[in-house]
Amino acid sequence: MPADPTPHGATASGAGAPGAGDRSDAPGGFHSGDAPRRLAQAALRDLPWEVGVAKPDPAVVVDGVTRTFGGLTAVSVDHLEIQRGGITGLIGPNGAGKTTLFNLLTGFDQPDTGTWSFNGRSLGKMAPHEVARLGVVRTFQLTKALSRLTVLQNMLLGAQDQRGESFFRALVPGIWRGQEKANTEKAMELLHRFKLDTKKDDFAGTLSGGQRKLLEMARALMSDPHVVMLDEPMAGVNPALTQSLLGHVKDLREQGMTVIFVEHDMDVVRDISDWVVVMAAGRIIAEGPPESISQNQAVVDAYLGAHHDAPLTVEEEDQVLAQAEQAIAREEQTDGDVLSADTRPERTDR
Amino acid sequence: MGDLLDALSVALKAGLGFQAIFFGLLAIGINVQFGYTGLLNFGQIAFAMLGGFGIAVSVSQWGLSFWVGVLVGLLAAVVLALLLGLPTLRLRADYLAIATIAAAEGLRLLFRSVSATPVTGGTRGLAAFNRDFIALAPWETGKRYSFLGTTWSGAELWVMLVGWVVVALGCVLVWLLMRSPWGRVVKSVREDEDAVRALGKNVYVYKMQALVLGGVFGALGGMIYAVGTGSAIPDQYQNANTFLAYAALILGGAARVLGPVIGAMLLLFLIQFADTLLRTLISNGVIPEGLFTATDVAAIRFVLVGLGLMLLLVFRPQGIFGDRREVMLDAR
Amino acid sequence: MTHAGNRARRHGRRSGPDGSPHRSPGRRRSRRPHGTVVRALLVLAFGLGLTAFTPGIAQAEGEAVAGTLQTSLSGPIEGVEVLVESVDGERIDEVESDENGRWSVDLPGPGQYVVSIDADDLPEGVTLSGEESRTVTVAEGRRQPVNLGLEDGSRGAGGGGVRAVQLLVDGLRFGLLIAMCAVGLSLIFGTTGLTNFAHGELVTIGAVVAWYINIQGGVPLIPATLLAMVVGGAVGALNELGIWRPLRRRGTGLVAALVVSIGLSLVLRYGIQIFYGGRSSPYGQYQSQRAVDYGLFNLTNRALFSIVISVVVLVLVALMLQRTKIGKAMRAVSDNRDLAASSGIDVNRVIMVVWVMGAGLAALGGVLLGLSDQVQWDMGFRLLLLMFAGVTLGGLGTAYGALVGSLVVGVFVQMSTLVIPDDMKYVGGLLLLIVILVIRPQGILGSRARIG
Repeated sequence: MPADPTPHGATASGAGAPGAGDRSDAPGGFHSGDAPRRLAQAALRDLPWEVGVAKPDPAVVVDGVTRTFGGLTAVSVDHLEIQRGGITGLIGPNGAGKTTLFNLLTGFDQPDTGTWSFNGRSLGKMAPHEVARLGVVRTFQLTKALSRLTVLQNMLLGAQDQRGESFFRALVPGIWRGQEKANTEKAMELLHRFKLDTKKDDFAGTLSGGQRKLLEMARALMSDPHVVMLDEPMAGVNPALTQSLLGHVKDLREQGMTVIFVEHDMDVVRDISDWVVVMAAGRIIAEGPPESISQNQAVVDAYLGAHHDAPLTVEEEDQVLAQAEQAIAREEQTDGDVLSADTRPERTDR
Repeated sequence: MGDLLDALSVALKAGLGFQAIFFGLLAIGINVQFGYTGLLNFGQIAFAMLGGFGIAVSVSQWGLSFWVGVLVGLLAAVVLALLLGLPTLRLRADYLAIATIAAAEGLRLLFRSVSATPVTGGTRGLAAFNRDFIALAPWETGKRYSFLGTTWSGAELWVMLVGWVVVALGCVLVWLLMRSPWGRVVKSVREDEDAVRALGKNVYVYKMQALVLGGVFGALGGMIYAVGTGSAIPDQYQNANTFLAYAALILGGAARVLGPVIGAMLLLFLIQFADTLLRTLISNGVIPEGLFTATDVAAIRFVLVGLGLMLLLVFRPQGIFGDRREVMLDAR
Repeated sequence: MTHAGNRARRHGRRSGPDGSPHRSPGRRRSRRPHGTVVRALLVLAFGLGLTAFTPGIAQAEGEAVAGTLQTSLSGPIEGVEVLVESVDGERIDEVESDENGRWSVDLPGPGQYVVSIDADDLPEGVTLSGEESRTVTVAEGRRQPVNLGLEDGSRGAGGGGVRAVQLLVDGLRFGLLIAMCAVGLSLIFGTTGLTNFAHGELVTIGAVVAWYINIQGGVPLIPATLLAMVVGGAVGALNELGIWRPLRRRGTGLVAALVVSIGLSLVLRYGIQIFYGGRSSPYGQYQSQRAVDYGLFNLTNRALFSIVISVVVLVLVALMLQRTKIGKAMRAVSDNRDLAASSGIDVNRVIMVVWVMGAGLAALGGVLLGLSDQVQWDMGFRLLLLMFAGVTLGGLGTAYGALVGSLVVGVFVQMSTLVIPDDMKYVGGLLLLIVILVIRPQGILGSRARIG
């Protein structure tokens, strides 16, 4: 986890990103100078667009994971591999089980069956903090900024292996002072990169929604992770910050991290993903490079539900996505995917 | 006027005496648990009871030395914290609250039961266990000393001195801990457990440590109380005291090192003042006998504490000295 | 009814129905006589409670000793001579027990006294389980309850199996009562997320209001109960309107709300104590019933009716939840409040109904509890622990869970006296609670906020 501190990020890649209206989206890079992306994309380019396809260099492998809530299957994933060093987008309609899958992968929820591993190491039965210590960190759909801690304290919490976090050593400042100083420097660098350095002594609770998202991401990076899992990093973020956030996400890839993110905004997904996984009703119904997704009948059906049978025009698709996004925005008031009410009829995998 | 002065001096004594130390220590423990870590220990008095009876049983029943008794009391508190924490700290905050309130009630009933009488003295409790401790006083313990219109026995002063030293040491300990990375983790747990988990901290362990530490403070409080009264009686350890300690903490300001101490002194002062004043007014006939009688005063006090607790939490959650801005952030 | 029957009722209020009006809280709680007459544990509870904090309480009245002569089979025993002497053998007074089996003797001052009765005065079948006399210490200003252990032969006679059946029936009655009180607790938790530590006081309010209407107002108990339920429901509505709805609007957090409910519980509980006093008093009717022998167990008619009423009410509640629109709305709000709101359910109205209904049921439960254990200012608070145990066992927030869990807890607490002393059955309840927390995560998972 190379943590190259060079602040490329926001401006550089943000500028290269296609505008929001650009949906022609040719595959592969007209993005400026992002070799690693080409690598990941090149590796993924020749793969068949089918569910459960093996990746050349998987960082995360999921096998037969199911999770049910009171008879309702929230997640049922037969096989899924996540390419190392790439950005994998996870999309799907409301209640598709995306967040539940995140929770399962990071130990926040336990599945009924199945195994999954990171770098060949099984993560089953691991507690969330153990998963995090392996270098798999996540953010949350509803940001979890620690309100009554300052921004800097939030950042410092992210650092791993702190000597002063043990009860008895905490009592002897001499033991942890030096480490604390080094961590503070690192935190300030990251804050600078995320343009939060002027806020370092503010309570995190006073930040705007977008700034909290940034803080949460920066905090996750304090641990030098291998895999970063972002749950709706753009949700509720003011459009002015979106580009900057997108830039940071791309940066993670530049630094060799594996990124998995849940997102509803198709433009964002098309813009930054190397590979897209589509879930509906707990199953993975399609995967492939971003441009393959809108052509996929199963995906269209999943977003539309059963009552639409005819193929869709681009406009119709947009309409449906807009509706879905509205539903999601509503749901953000709640605590996550609502399983019961609006789960679409189950579809068979292609 | 004389009545008022008397009431003030009685109240002053209460605000400085071992009862203030008792509530101060309970509240310091609750501050670690509730103020900093967000744990709801609604049975702090159970820890105090174990502390008090740790000494009482060890000395009076088992013939051990006073200091072994202190160790027994502390150990018992640690064990209780572990027992209560193990099952509940993985669950929502309410479960710890329910388990601790049940433990406080259950343990008191156990200690006062007939079956436990051979050990705990049952409802009569135990006495005569603090001689070794009082004997350590560097001055005459039988004499009475007076200042600021209050009089104290030498033994009282000795208990007070030791008690306040314990309180001061406790505050230093909390101060050291809360400015360290450990304190940072613990405060983060209060804000959002899942975020802390996602950053690779074992939240369960931190919560347990906070619960144990707070329980140890509770036990120390119970010891001071037992030594101060010279007796340990199960029914002294009513769980209403836990909520008095909560009131003290919130009055003085949660999540501040000195908050619980100042709160305890102030609360005891106010309660005792109100108490004495009410009794005086009733006996003078200012408050008509038909409205309240002297025996109602104890209950009135709890009504006021309950009311104060609610009003403080709703309108001044930061305590009387706290900074409102910080607390308002809590409205997530 | 037998021994354990009405009297031991986990709060074992039974044996000291002294009418001393005022008492510091500490003392109050401490009088927890053993409960089972047969056991004749003869606990003289004298607690000091918070007296240490209340130096020099001016005492309003003189000292006395008092007690009740009663067994479950015989009912109250009238006309037994009770002699009170000082320890030096000086005769203080001799009284006869009244029609409720009660007796009381005023004393010249604090000190030690000997209370004795003549075993020959006792009706047939009733014997003294202990000595004929007891020496008691009376503190200044105390009205000291004295429990002279009586035995009516009903417990020991049938052996362990019969006793178990008896306890099972008692436990069911008690469990149904807990369930009725706990339904509201659970529904309130489900719909608002609030763990209401002041729910016990709703039980007490029901019992106390019915007592005033019944005793002071002279209204028969059944209409008095109905009125008490109305008052209870109104108190619930006030709770919601005056405190919890505004607090929800302010976005008060879970933890702060818990502490507020604790504060409210203190205010109500001690407010009731000021108002009602520290005594325990029975209702005016249905008190001197004898137990009816049903073969394997005995039951007073009031206990039988308590069971019948509880079952009917709980079935009605279940039907309401299952069939009616408001019931379905309650379940929907419990399940997912925001989803319910977005599908057009008026969440605040549903919560209001839950409060009124829950408080009304708690009030009814309070009356039934007062019927078996007498009315006391802190009866509800003592029940709260068991309500929590039941609700936790069933899974916080589900109405049916509360029902099943409460039944299990009621039966467990009663049956536990087969193996542990009677005065420790609460401790058994506590242990059960902790065991539940360890081994029954299913009951718990149901209410754990799912992250996504």
